[in-house]
Amino acid sequence: MKDDLAIDVRGITKRFGDRTVVNDIALQVRRGEIYGFLGPNGSGKTTFLRMLCGLLTPDAGSGTCLGFDLRTRAGEIKKHVGYMTQRFSFYEDLSIEENLDFIARIYGVAGRREAVNRSLEALGLAARRRQLAGQLSGGWKQRLALAACMIHQPALLLLDEPTAGVDPKARRDFWEEIHRLAAEGLTVLITTHYMDEAERCHRLAYIAYGNLLTRGTAAEVVAAAGLTTWEVSGPGLWELAESLRGRPGVEQVVAFGNTLHVSGRDAAALAAVAGEFSAAGRAWRRVESGLEDVFISLMETARDNWAA
Amino acid sequence: MTSHAFNLRRFWAVVVKEFIQMRRDRLTFGMMVGIPLLQLILFGFAINMNPKHLPTAVRVADPSPFARSLIWSLRNSDYFAITEVVATEAELRERLKQGRVQFGLTIPEDFARRLLRGERPALLLEADATDPAATSYAVAALTTLAETVFDRDLQGPHATLRAKPGPVEVRIHRLYNPDIITQFNVVPGLLGVVLTMTMVIITALAITRERERGTMENLLATPVRPGEVMIGKLIPYILVGYVQVTLILLAARFLFDVPMLGSVPLLLAVILAFIAANLAMGITFSTLAHNQLQAVQMAFFYFLPNILLSGFMFPFRGMPVWAQWIGEVLPLTHFIRIVRGIALKGNGVPDILPDLWPIGLFVVVMLSVAINRYRQTLD
Repeated sequence: MKDDLAIDVRGITKRFGDRTVVNDIALQVRRGEIYGFLGPNGSGKTTFLRMLCGLLTPDAGSGTCLGFDLRTRAGEIKKHVGYMTQRFSFYEDLSIEENLDFIARIYGVAGRREAVNRSLEALGLAARRRQLAGQLSGGWKQRLALAACMIHQPALLLLDEPTAGVDPKARRDFWEEIHRLAAEGLTVLITTHYMDEAERCHRLAYIAYGNLLTRGTAAEVVAAAGLTTWEVSGPGLWELAESLRGRPGVEQVVAFGNTLHVSGRDAAALAAVAGEFSAAGRAWRRVESGLEDVFISLMETARDNWAA
Repeated sequence: MTSHAFNLRRFWAVVVKEFIQMRRDRLTFGMMVGIPLLQLILFGFAINMNPKHLPTAVRVADPSPFARSLIWSLRNSDYFAITEVVATEAELRERLKQGRVQFGLTIPEDFARRLLRGERPALLLEADATDPAATSYAVAALTTLAETVFDRDLQGPHATLRAKPGPVEVRIHRLYNPDIITQFNVVPGLLGVVLTMTMVIITALAITRERERGTMENLLATPVRPGEVMIGKLIPYILVGYVQVTLILLAARFLFDVPMLGSVPLLLAVILAFIAANLAMGITFSTLAHNQLQAVQMAFFYFLPNILLSGFMFPFRGMPVWAQWIGEVLPLTHFIRIVRGIALKGNGVPDILPDLWPIGLFVVVMLSVAINRYRQTLD
């Protein structure tokens, strides 16, 4: 049973000075799973990833990564983990091929030249192998980074906001690739801000101000939040939004195109508000809460609890 | 636990990468060759600690054959160039004050008469001693010259007025650099100065650059070990150092005719230790600095005492004891002694050992500081 877990950590805590960046996080990720890690900026996602791959030492907590103890076997973990940083962190003054070759040498990849060639072919960069990495566009840099952290065929891939600033087509291709790799048995832990990407993950965790607030499949996360959402359409929505904020039961009011999403956890109170404001040609309709509604609600609550 | 040992394959990966990056960075490479050339020209050609033909004003209050003899032999001494003859003491003072002349020589009234009477008349040499180094050789030259300059004029009964030899004869042998040629002292020293300047800065930037560009995070996430990164980064710069050494040694031989009495292979071997010392220092700076600017500032801060306290510019023994102690810590101090010793004195291994071990000690200490400071994590 234990062997099924690529990541199994408990109580992971990291403090910078007197600021707790990651607070008592436990996480279990099964092998072959794509695990989404969501949360606002500065919530501790990157710090958590860095602790998993041995870049930072946790102040408290323990566990294993690929079966190796997080604290004592960082060297072994590094050999079998591919870590893609948020910012492009390969050498801009080396060519695509030279970057791949360097990483392959560092990991001691057997049959290095073939591995580099295979990687270049798979990337579709074989023709541009001599181009300097610094001259690549954002999308190509991201593909190069992915190829580079896959070259030693890791068992676990840690991706820190890999699709930030990448166009939709490239993002879709990227996710196709991730799913293909996961099907082959690779475990992927990925941080993202995009809701459509969150829904592409097998399971999710949401972290804010260093605390893990919820986890599970997308459906489980939505269900666990216990959020009720009403969609309002009609005239004068902006004015309506202003008067709805602060009403009992109304936790968030968000404009979605020509409609308004009004959510709250107290379904009865919210229904009362809907009744009160349903005049003047406005239509109120109960809808399924989306992940985004849930996450925004979680973030607001978390801010009230920890950031005060 | 194999990942904890030094791994040649990963080490070599770093070496290859550094070579490629160095090849791409033409500007830095150009500077590595340009700096030695520039310093050679500046220090080699421009600096002269034994200046000659210094402008001198003369006031002759008593025109006599003695005055003519004196002026004639001053001109012959090479140290004095008589540029002006003035009439009054005020004019002489003014020229000194304005810096138009370095020396003012007064041959006073009644000089010839008092000389012949045996009254030992005074010749007054006023020197602009704001720069002591500029005047000292010339002043010494005049003192010697005054003892014999009038011998030809003091004939017959006046021959008794000639300077009498002292009770002992002082013999001076200026060994190793008999003609006091500044270049013989400066050019070998320059070898150490150039290496200190360029090697420290370039390595101080090496790791800081990785951190600033964000590539360090990536490097730390791989199994590569600190020792492999550090030493791998140093190898290409050792080669650059030897390119500089070759340039300077060729210039020393063919441009400045600096003698090379000792063994060149021995010198090249010592240079390896000295380059290692500077690289270790630079790498230590790069682990302390947060960005490239700080790294350069540290390198400069280090460079200053090296120039001033190593004995390159000023006589080491002229410094107070505390300054000598600082100087003794710097590898450049020992290296300059070794280079001058090998080139000018023909020193061999036993002669240079007392200056070789401090360099070795410096390497060991600095490198262990650096490897300890290079964090395996981002904490």
